Amino acid sequence: MSAELLELGEVIAIKQEAAVVSFDVNKMGELVLTVHANKIPELVDFLRGNSAMKFSTLIDITAVDYPTRATRFEIVYHFLSMYTNQRIRLKAAIADGDLVPSITDIHPSANWYEREVFDMYGIMFTGHPDLRRLLTDYGFRGYPLRKDFPTTGYNELRYDEVEKRVVYEPVSLVQEYRQFDFMSPWEGAEYILPGDDKAEGAK
Amino acid sequence: MMDGNFNDAQTGEQRIRNFNINFGPQHPAAHGVLRLVLELDGEIVERCDPHVGLLHRGTEKLMESRTYLQNLPYFDRLDYVAPMNQEHAWCLAIEKLTGVEVPRRASLIRVLFCEIGRILNHLMNVTTQAMDVGALTPPLWGFEEREKLMIFYERASGARLHAAYFRPGGVHQDLPQDLIDDIMQWTMEFPEILGDIDGLLTENRIFKQRNVDIAVVTEQEALDWGFSGVMVRGSGMAWDLRRAQPYECYNEFEFDIPVGKNGDCYDRYLCRMQEMRESIKIIQQCIKKLDESTGDVLARGKLTPPSRGDMKTSMEALIHHFKLYTEGFKVPEGEVYVAVEAPKGEFGVYLVSDGSNKPYKSKIRAPGYPHLAAMDHISKGHQLADVAAIIGTLDIVFGEIDR
Repeated sequence: MSAELLELGEVIAIKQEAAVVSFDVNKMGELVLTVHANKIPELVDFLRGNSAMKFSTLIDITAVDYPTRATRFEIVYHFLSMYTNQRIRLKAAIADGDLVPSITDIHPSANWYEREVFDMYGIMFTGHPDLRRLLTDYGFRGYPLRKDFPTTGYNELRYDEVEKRVVYEPVSLVQEYRQFDFMSPWEGAEYILPGDDKAEGAK
Repeated sequence: MMDGNFNDAQTGEQRIRNFNINFGPQHPAAHGVLRLVLELDGEIVERCDPHVGLLHRGTEKLMESRTYLQNLPYFDRLDYVAPMNQEHAWCLAIEKLTGVEVPRRASLIRVLFCEIGRILNHLMNVTTQAMDVGALTPPLWGFEEREKLMIFYERASGARLHAAYFRPGGVHQDLPQDLIDDIMQWTMEFPEILGDIDGLLTENRIFKQRNVDIAVVTEQEALDWGFSGVMVRGSGMAWDLRRAQPYECYNEFEFDIPVGKNGDCYDRYLCRMQEMRESIKIIQQCIKKLDESTGDVLARGKLTPPSRGDMKTSMEALIHHFKLYTEGFKVPEGEVYVAVEAPKGEFGVYLVSDGSNKPYKSKIRAPGYPHLAAMDHISKGHQLADVAAIIGTLDIVFGEIDR
């Protein structure tokens, strides 16, 4: 299975030299292509049209936020071929503010996936017919799935009995947001245990 | 077309414009909280813009700050019509990343409850879609059976709906024998009730008038719009992940994959009815296999709690139990995409782990999402009254679309 996938990756890498940075079959046995973001439409069109591959179903588009990297986001596409029974994953690194070409012309189903990625991460797509927010509230600000967005959000809403309407207010928590650190202090804790600082000073 | 300034209108009466209406979010046929902005030319739908997100809870964001085990119950709340099928995808993703082997008995129990989930879902969908097009009796009959299935859920897990029964490494508790016997008994009785519903609907004139040739999806459209599950099977493609990419122990079971011919609402209804009969077959085979395989239902190890007996006698087991339910277990670094054939289509989880006890990123791929995204394409040119039938046939549940 994985040899077959490696071969498939190799074929794609040769035929679409300009788009593919590298390819790999990971430990889970999945074919992963790292690609240039600006070449994605050509590559996707090739994957869909090539009669030996026919990756004609777009499964998913999402992004992953790595705030420490120079190219902050990784945009991830999943495709499925119902004809050859294969799956493929495309990944492209993009910086905050980079534009990604939309693939809605090739896969109409990309429309909502791209809207969601825009909504959640603030990644803009060029050539998208209708790049509005999708899941968040009307008039929402910020990009919730970015790592620097707090889970509590910034605004909360409630029905106001006096004003007889729903009002928006800044979030006020009656108790601290509970985020316990259960990691064992012997492994990977990124803080100094109380008392350890004294031991350091005594040396 | 909006307010047009056309010069060819001869009288004021000819100057008409399309009518925009809001369908939902309080409409009973919207199957939850769907708001459709419809542009109508008389009775014909010109444009359909679904506004979703009214049930958005930020599941994926919440999951990033919780341990793998704490995240499991969120999956019940996605597609709350067939909860265990979602949990299954999450468990499989974790098991794939950690390389845990599920014991045989647990694997069979999972298949059993996945098929119960499929019947739960199809019963709900078929009967409420019939209600959307004017029939009242089917949901009353169907929900009676759903109630019985939910009692099976309750007897297995303690909860009728949000079961949290599948756990990474197996299932939470073993099934008592009398529950298995009762499920067997039910599979004997259910085909008759299914036959009754079938008799009410399949040849019903009104039902056929409302469903035949409505929302026809061709093979190419099904691909372009990323459909899965019954939405592609209704269009003539025999695509089922249980068969194409077998997970758990589905490759041991004998079942057929019903396929439609015309890709319309009626064929999809027939597919769903037949799938329920196939699920009954799988459940019966499953119960036979369960009789032969006794054993543990959890792969004892880091991912799963120690047995109750161990916990009360061994200090290490007690520590393990405490650490498991506070710190949780760690999943090796990596990423994986796992999909299961949920009743509505391909339900997938894309999980990125950074090696800690919490998922770095988890993306839930809900089958209803691309189906609803195609709503504009499918409903264009249909009558307003067909919109309800189309929403029904797409099998939409907002828990999974809005996440």
